[in-house]
Amino acid sequence: MDIRSQVSMVFHLDKCIGCHTCSIACKNIWTDRKGAEYMWWNNVETKPGTGYPTKWEDQEIYKGGWEKNGDSVSLKGAGKFKGLKNIFHNPHLPVLDDYYEPWTYKYQDLFTAPEGDDQPTARPISLVTGEHIDVKAGPNWDDDMGGSPDYARQDVNLEKLTPAEQEAMFQLERMTFHYLPRICNHCLNPACVAACPSGAIYKRGEDGVVLINQERCRAWRMCVTACPYKKSYYNWNTGKSEKCVLCYPRLESGQAPACFHSCVGRIRYLGVMLYDADKIEKVAASSDDQLVDNHLDIYLDPFDPAVVEQAKLNGIADSTIEAAQKSPVYKFVKVWKLALPLHPEFRTLPNLFYVPALLPTMATVQDGIYDSTSKSLWNGVDKNRLPMKYLASLFSAGNTDKIVDVMKRLMAVRLHRRGVTTGDISKEEISSAMDEVNINADMADAIFRLTSLATFDERFVIPPAHREESIEMLENTADVKGNTGFGFKERPVRGL
Amino acid sequence: MSNYLLFIVLPYVSLVIFIIGSIYRYKSRGFSVSSISSQFLEGRRLFWGSQPFHWGLFVLFFGHLIAFLFPKAVLAWNGEPMRLLILEITAFAFGLSAFIGVILLVQRRLTNRRVQIVTSKMDVIVFLILLVQIISGLLVAYHNRWGSSWFASFLTPYIRSIFVFDPQIDAIASVNSWSLKIHVVSAFTLIAFIPFTRFMHFLVYPLDYLWRSYQQVVWNWNRKAIRTSRAHSFGKKSKNN
Repeated sequence: MDIRSQVSMVFHLDKCIGCHTCSIACKNIWTDRKGAEYMWWNNVETKPGTGYPTKWEDQEIYKGGWEKNGDSVSLKGAGKFKGLKNIFHNPHLPVLDDYYEPWTYKYQDLFTAPEGDDQPTARPISLVTGEHIDVKAGPNWDDDMGGSPDYARQDVNLEKLTPAEQEAMFQLERMTFHYLPRICNHCLNPACVAACPSGAIYKRGEDGVVLINQERCRAWRMCVTACPYKKSYYNWNTGKSEKCVLCYPRLESGQAPACFHSCVGRIRYLGVMLYDADKIEKVAASSDDQLVDNHLDIYLDPFDPAVVEQAKLNGIADSTIEAAQKSPVYKFVKVWKLALPLHPEFRTLPNLFYVPALLPTMATVQDGIYDSTSKSLWNGVDKNRLPMKYLASLFSAGNTDKIVDVMKRLMAVRLHRRGVTTGDISKEEISSAMDEVNINADMADAIFRLTSLATFDERFVIPPAHREESIEMLENTADVKGNTGFGFKERPVRGL
Repeated sequence: MSNYLLFIVLPYVSLVIFIIGSIYRYKSRGFSVSSISSQFLEGRRLFWGSQPFHWGLFVLFFGHLIAFLFPKAVLAWNGEPMRLLILEITAFAFGLSAFIGVILLVQRRLTNRRVQIVTSKMDVIVFLILLVQIISGLLVAYHNRWGSSWFASFLTPYIRSIFVFDPQIDAIASVNSWSLKIHVVSAFTLIAFIPFTRFMHFLVYPLDYLWRSYQQVVWNWNRKAIRTSRAHSFGKKSKNN
């Protein structure tokens, strides 16, 4: 057993209000630079929708992620042979137009326009060429299902549904959507790391953050192809790839990443998970129906004395083990079984889990009369407006039982809390709902508390980075006392 | 005098600039070493230019290298006219491929607005050198047949004499072919420009990818060592710094 610790995440989609504050926080800190304008390390998509870059989930187009190959996995569109063969031109690389051409407005014209009959206008100009452009797409172009026929209808996850089911989803009275905030998953089996010919991308041993060494990146662009979530971006100005760094400078000083910190809906949770690194290859090569179960099984119980002992032997700090025991992610994913990985079929073993949204149930239309009443307060999960197959395509590699189970759990908590606060639901109904998914009152209250009332420190349990010790490992601190610290760092300007 | 400058001074100056410049840039200007691919801004036309250009140059580079390193083997191969013809035609085809490729790439750079934005002055020099180099090479191949044979007996000794610090330029100076002289001079010019241009990227071709393991984990420090004070020792700097 090779126990390692991983900073993992949970996003609670029921709570996401789609305000994009997380995206803006990230943009202001990290990607507000030339060449990075189009990048959204954190973005919020509307589902159903095509996402960013357009149709990123369709690996027939982008060839991202891993494929099962016997007892192991191989990269779909990159790797040693394919990567070096395609190094002069990567046929699967998304280009700028697959994201959008970033632009600003010529605000100066508002002040300098000569007097005339018309209002002066600020025309959009491209941030790449500096010339006037007609804006054809932008970040969140399909926000809140705008332009559904072109976007929501093209959602890759609809392929799993029959035409009738698809049609039903887009009837006006049934139509619904939820948000899907996405950042880098800092995967256990990262395809970007494996695809990088230069060896510039690496996973940090201590906390599992996946980073790109900017000095070793040579713009072979294979990471962009290999990441099935399209969370590695090519900076066209510096000629280097960049990706979400999980705000590691903040993490190391005990602060939550900016997107987590700024989240208005408080949907984000961050904590440590202990996992067995020896199992990665085997788990990644699981059959489709076993994939989610095996993935969740790779995370270990931090309260198990055997795990704790082995973790200590492996050099994991006591403070990290303690953080793993308090981890909200562990509770959501392992104890309460409420959170699932996004597109596990890409086989990268992502460390970002989603609590699926318990959406409003369907109303019926009969003889032109719209009727949303039902016998009980909430309809059953089988009446969910988004078909289970659709959610299963997103979160469980097509396994609808998994989704139904999570939905029933969420519903049981709701029923329980309704019983506690207003008591207008019969005890039998509540207890049968709770027994079905094996949730007792204490657990339901704990879920309720962490979901809706949790404080900052409950949502983000960040292990100390022990930088003081790490510095002592690298340098004899007494010898370099009075020195200039990290020394000169090269400015990130484009090479010749 | 000009022969002395072009075939003795230029090669040595170029090689010194190349060696010192490349090492310096790799070591202390690592961030600037990149292929600075523009595929992200324009992908379709790049395919038609980049593929024939790079594969053409790839084959030609190793062709020249083999002719230099194993002249006898090349001569032995060329002993039979049919084999000589096959070799020459193949090499010429790859030369044409590189030529067509570079023309398409220049055209793309000149006409695509986005690619113009990321074109530096040094890129102009890169294209000029490449055009001179490829065109002169094709002219030599066409007019001075059969290059694969006389290279071994004529250019190999000259290049070798450069590397053993005993330059013999009589043969090359007396040759009556402008295209060949231009080809040699522009080759050394190209070498001198490597550290100052995007030519750098072929030096960092990621061959080591073939034998490295797919996944890479970097530990900033050895936690096992630090947990026991007796084992405390100063570790190696991690690879990411």
